[in-house]
Amino acid sequence: MIAYLVPQASSYAGHIDWLFTLILVTVGFWFLLAEGAFFWLCFRFRRRDGVAGQYVTGTRKEEKRWISWPHYLVIACDVVLIVATVYVWLEVKQNIPPADERVRIVAQQWAWVFVHAGADGKLGTPDDIVTVDELHVQLDRVYQFELMSKDVLHSFSVPVFRLKQDAVPGRTISGWFKPTQRGRFDIQCAEICGLGHALMPGHVVIESQEEHQAWMRAQRT
Amino acid sequence: MDAGPAHVSGTAGHAPAHPEPMSFWRKYVFSTDHKMIGMQYMFTGIVMGLLGGLMAYAFRMQLTFPGEAVPGVGVVTPNLYNALVTNHGSIMIFWFAMPVLIAGFGNFLIPLMIGCDDMAFPRINRLSYQIFFLSAVVILVSLVVPGGGFGGAWTAYPPLSASAAYNHTPLGAPLWLLAVALEFVAFLLGGINFVTTVMNARAPGMGIWEIPIVVWMIIVASILFMASVGPLIAGAVLLLLDQVVGTQFFDPRAGGDPLLWQHLFWFFGHPEVYVVLLPALGMTAEVMAVFARKKLFAYKIILYSVFATGVLSFVVWAHHQFVAGIDPRMAHVFTVTTLLISIPIAEVTFAYIATLWGASIEFRTPMLWALSFVAEFMIGGVTGIFLGASATDIYLHDSYFVVAHFHYTFFPIAVIGFFTGFTYWFPKMFGRMMNETLGKIHFWGTIIAVNFVFIPMFITGIAGDHRRIYTYQLFSQLATDGLGRLRLVSTLGLIVMLLFQLVFVVNLIVSLVAGRRAERNPWRANTLEWVAPSPPPHGNFAEMPTVYRGPYEYSVPGRREDYWPQNVPA
Repeated sequence: MIAYLVPQASSYAGHIDWLFTLILVTVGFWFLLAEGAFFWLCFRFRRRDGVAGQYVTGTRKEEKRWISWPHYLVIACDVVLIVATVYVWLEVKQNIPPADERVRIVAQQWAWVFVHAGADGKLGTPDDIVTVDELHVQLDRVYQFELMSKDVLHSFSVPVFRLKQDAVPGRTISGWFKPTQRGRFDIQCAEICGLGHALMPGHVVIESQEEHQAWMRAQRT
Repeated sequence: MDAGPAHVSGTAGHAPAHPEPMSFWRKYVFSTDHKMIGMQYMFTGIVMGLLGGLMAYAFRMQLTFPGEAVPGVGVVTPNLYNALVTNHGSIMIFWFAMPVLIAGFGNFLIPLMIGCDDMAFPRINRLSYQIFFLSAVVILVSLVVPGGGFGGAWTAYPPLSASAAYNHTPLGAPLWLLAVALEFVAFLLGGINFVTTVMNARAPGMGIWEIPIVVWMIIVASILFMASVGPLIAGAVLLLLDQVVGTQFFDPRAGGDPLLWQHLFWFFGHPEVYVVLLPALGMTAEVMAVFARKKLFAYKIILYSVFATGVLSFVVWAHHQFVAGIDPRMAHVFTVTTLLISIPIAEVTFAYIATLWGASIEFRTPMLWALSFVAEFMIGGVTGIFLGASATDIYLHDSYFVVAHFHYTFFPIAVIGFFTGFTYWFPKMFGRMMNETLGKIHFWGTIIAVNFVFIPMFITGIAGDHRRIYTYQLFSQLATDGLGRLRLVSTLGLIVMLLFQLVFVVNLIVSLVAGRRAERNPWRANTLEWVAPSPPPHGNFAEMPTVYRGPYEYSVPGRREDYWPQNVPA
């Protein structure tokens, strides 16, 4: 469903979109059922002359089942949704594949600083490539990132990746993504960070291997 | 006289616990009468609610027409935008929903509905309102001090909120926090009063299962509030020290931890949702039973579900923090507890819908509001599942999907709940009937417009609009015509909705001055407040009522009347 509005550009975007659709179908069913019953009852039992209300307490067993049966059905739906959520969360957040590349993301009021590991694949070496507001990544490589903040809370949000992670000063938070589509997409800050909260747009540029190599060479000269 | 709970002021032919005040100041300003204090809370809340609505107008216009001067407001700078968003949220929850729903209706209704002459602690009650009034003054002052109002969102996450070096509001931030802290003190005093009163001062014969459900729900809400607010008050003290004294409880540069605040805040913040939900849910039930001429379906199941919701609400708070940097394994626990809350809430909803079965529904204005509460709140309820599920929350967190979701809970709670209660109890409060035609125009105008405000936000949220961003011009994927049109629909919906509130104001004034006189029990309802004259005098009842049955005996077979007031002997 989400993909109609925002392209999928990471390996786990499909998982999250699938879960979204599953929840949409499940709660959509309940929503239509409940609203349908509600409006039908409003219409069916509108006041008519000579027809009095009925005396129903809702305490007899055959009345209580109007609550208890849907109640068990809700529990069943909850179980399905919980299992699906746990599965997707594990795939996205906990089962982290081995890193092909590393990148450090430092948020501050009001900019993103990206430290690309460079040719040696290690952060903190002289060939690191530092950019502001533009992250360059290569298609189909697993990136592990270290996310930090210099001042207040920020949140690294890349809608096309379905990735969002708060940056907390004093902590280094790790995470990963694997780009699956070439292009240039928005990065937003998703946690209010002061006056320039709207003024820290970043971009992620997803390149093929050749393009990425060319970009790295251009940075070094 | 059967053995009921102790009664504060004796029985028939009693003298009021305190004499009736006569002077203007004693009667309207420094009153200890629960009805007057309820009105004070309610009208202060209405004024604050209108201000909160106008703030929404200002920032929605900026979002729709970025950088252009907003008619009546001027150019909305980033500073002002953040302050408006922050204070819109704070005011709507702390200075509109809470005072109107809990303190306003709670004060007015509890003594009348349980059949006593006043609150257990009338002077504490007065003090509660005075502190609340002070807090309202402080929050309004915080908007106009040099540097501007606080703009760190109603959640006030540090380090942004903790230091003027980050938030650039050296006076606005501490004043905002002070106002919130004062407001909590006021509601702690009120909560103690409500619980004590209902425990000790019920009319003879009113056992705990004969208490009207709205009173039950206000009591549960008060207990939830008092039990959850402690950690936040502690957190607020620490944050105030950080802001003013220069301690660094939440600043990692000296070993503090920003996440600590989030836990303290949301441990309060989530039960707070139910604190304001329950009174609205209770009023909806009262109104539905009366206008459906039906006994409330499964009163006890509703109550047990509400208790379960209350208990569960204490263990769901970290669902606000799935992407905040907590240990990923914790997310599973909070996904489970959050989704479990759907079970009792769904049961309550089913019971409300089932109440309509076999009814004889009269679509008067209060009933339209009550029914719309159920219909609209369901949207808020089901969309919460997307956010309670940790994995989808990664994508939707802090997007407009969240804004749309919680407005579909808070709008029914605060606005629809208020209008449900106000239009229903207006005859009791003021002794006059409201105009039905104006009431219906106001209802349809508001309810149609509000869906135009918030349904587009679900879509813009899914498309990637994040919250609290004062312009999307810098984001190529968001600055599109399609999304711009959706934002415009929201804003137009808001303007139409705000204009329709003028109908309400006109109706209020016209009905207060020239409305048809209301008899004691214009809706033919069962609960005790309708036994008192309209409006009830000081001391409420000429003769203290005795209770013989539950509050929802409508359409009982074999009776000529289709209602059976609680105080009428068999």
